[in-house]
Amino acid sequence: MTETPLLSVRDLKVEFPTRRATLTAIDGVSFDLKKGEVLGVVGESGAGKSITGSAIIGLLEPPGRIAGGEIRLKGERIDNLSQAAMRKVRGKRIGMIFQDPLTSLNPLFTIGEQITETIMTHLPVSEAEARKRAIGLLEEVGIPAAGDRLDAYPHQFSGGMRQRVVIALALCAEPELVIADEPTTALDVSVQAQIIGLLKRICNDHGASVMLITHDMGVIAETCDRVAVMYSGRVAEIGPVRDVVKSPHHPYTVGLMGAIPTLIGEHDRLTQIPGSMPRLDAIPKGCPFNPRCAHVFDRCRAERPDPIDVGASRVACWLVEEGRNGHANEVEQA
Amino acid sequence: MLAFSIRRLFQALLVMIVVALIAFTLFRFVGDPVNQMVGVETTPEQREALRERLGLNDPVIIQFARFILNAAQFNFGTSYQFKQPVAEMIGKRLPATLELSIVSAILAVLVGIPMGVYTGLNRDGVLSKFLLSASLIGISLPTFFIGILLIFIFSVNLQWLPSFGRGEVVQIGWWSTGLLTWSGIKALILPAITLGLFQMTLIMRLVRAEMLEVIRTDYIKFARARGLPNRAVNYRHALKNTLVPVITITGLQLGTIIAFAIITETVFQWPGMGLLFLQSVQNVDIPIMAAYLMLIAFLFVLINFVVDLLYFYVDPRLRAERAIK
Repeated sequence: MTETPLLSVRDLKVEFPTRRATLTAIDGVSFDLKKGEVLGVVGESGAGKSITGSAIIGLLEPPGRIAGGEIRLKGERIDNLSQAAMRKVRGKRIGMIFQDPLTSLNPLFTIGEQITETIMTHLPVSEAEARKRAIGLLEEVGIPAAGDRLDAYPHQFSGGMRQRVVIALALCAEPELVIADEPTTALDVSVQAQIIGLLKRICNDHGASVMLITHDMGVIAETCDRVAVMYSGRVAEIGPVRDVVKSPHHPYTVGLMGAIPTLIGEHDRLTQIPGSMPRLDAIPKGCPFNPRCAHVFDRCRAERPDPIDVGASRVACWLVEEGRNGHANEVEQA
Repeated sequence: MLAFSIRRLFQALLVMIVVALIAFTLFRFVGDPVNQMVGVETTPEQREALRERLGLNDPVIIQFARFILNAAQFNFGTSYQFKQPVAEMIGKRLPATLELSIVSAILAVLVGIPMGVYTGLNRDGVLSKFLLSASLIGISLPTFFIGILLIFIFSVNLQWLPSFGRGEVVQIGWWSTGLLTWSGIKALILPAITLGLFQMTLIMRLVRAEMLEVIRTDYIKFARARGLPNRAVNYRHALKNTLVPVITITGLQLGTIIAFAIITETVFQWPGMGLLFLQSVQNVDIPIMAAYLMLIAFLFVLINFVVDLLYFYVDPRLRAERAIK
């Protein structure tokens, strides 16, 4: 791997200072994203997926702040840029798609106004040219009669159509990276697959890498090249989708896979992971997963595991490191 | 849109008729108008003749119809006290009140909205906290006190501005304006501030609250994520979304400003309708009170109508919903 990754996150730490204590929402997250790659980020609610996305684009909600580590885009650090410099990165180099298309668009402006406004902010084009591009983009994301729909307001579109508009908006200044934060969660199941397919195709066409944040393992398996499993503000396991889905190493990943219903096989009950993710002010010592882990042993409660290479993946688990991996995979059958 | 306007017009008409009924009942039940008009030495025959002449012996419904017909033609009868047509008296006083009210409202909006936006965006700034505390004073101090305070500082001590009256006025047709003379403008400053201060602080607090709300929405986050400049995010995307409630309150407040100019007009001896109304209350001059009531109701209805139309202009969602129905 000599090529500089498009996005490189190293030991990212995000803190939320509160009156009582400083909560660490992200603690030592590292991953790379190559050009053209689709990286999935999964985890339960509160695992820090969205915060990682917000930190990369520099839009952490105050009082949240990046407390350590670095984020590089094509080798340049972007985590310590000024507000003005970061603004030029947002939209222009990193596009962002949010969860709820119904509320992502300003209700008082036509979608044409919103798209041309964004294009003209980032690219030196005339308004007529921006309008032309906007129509082109809307056609690309599959909005029929794009020319006429340009002067329509968001409320005149359905949820799926609005998410298409949002995708067009995220891509309108040709960013190199698109961060999609649960882009289909708020949509009908029937529309979800369409939108994910569209997102993947259009990013591929425009040569943009994608960081797809979701809690839907099925979407990850179908769409992504690599996947990062997050737990309690840390990356538990990261690797090629095939490896992570077919032969997960971390007991948490194993649990996640066991919680997906399959049509094949004899399982009539889904396995579930007992307990819930720790609150930010009560993250246990050692491995944060240890209270819920079926294979916990003394070291897990004392020391925090660092990610180590296992094949093409990286896994943060003492089981793996101590070669007790065999047990982890058996959970599925248990 | 047209159907909506027509429906609103009917509603407005209904409101006016109800107000007219109230105004009319004033005539019927608040004392005997004849007693107000004649001296003690008038004979019962003369009183009866006057009753007949004023139409007070006709059935109530006919009197009410006559009242409405007359009111529709701006004919509110003759003042008991001044023996002049009420419409003419109010017409003379109306420009003074309207000028004062509109200048106050403009002042409140032009100062209140930027202050609201500023305090909404810089929540924890020192200036924001100062403005917020200062606005509490504006909200809690009674108008007459602010007026007297301003007179004390700027008229009595500093002697910069006049403490009463309208200054020189210029007559344009039936409208007398104080805005074209220097002394007129100087005379307007203190009353306008006094009258507008409460609305200004109210608008500021409202805009601030709305801003805080809007800033948290997804579309503002998304606008920032698209790299739009702060100016565009704050003043284009956020401010426009705060406007619907602000228009409502500002509209209603304009009505209130006009109606409650009474106190300010009294403090500054401003020759407007409010002062006239106060005198008429003291004299039980019912035609003036009734006419004033009708006029204020009319202004409220008119302002509300304009506010409703403004919604359509600001919020495209309303336009569409109506179109579908």
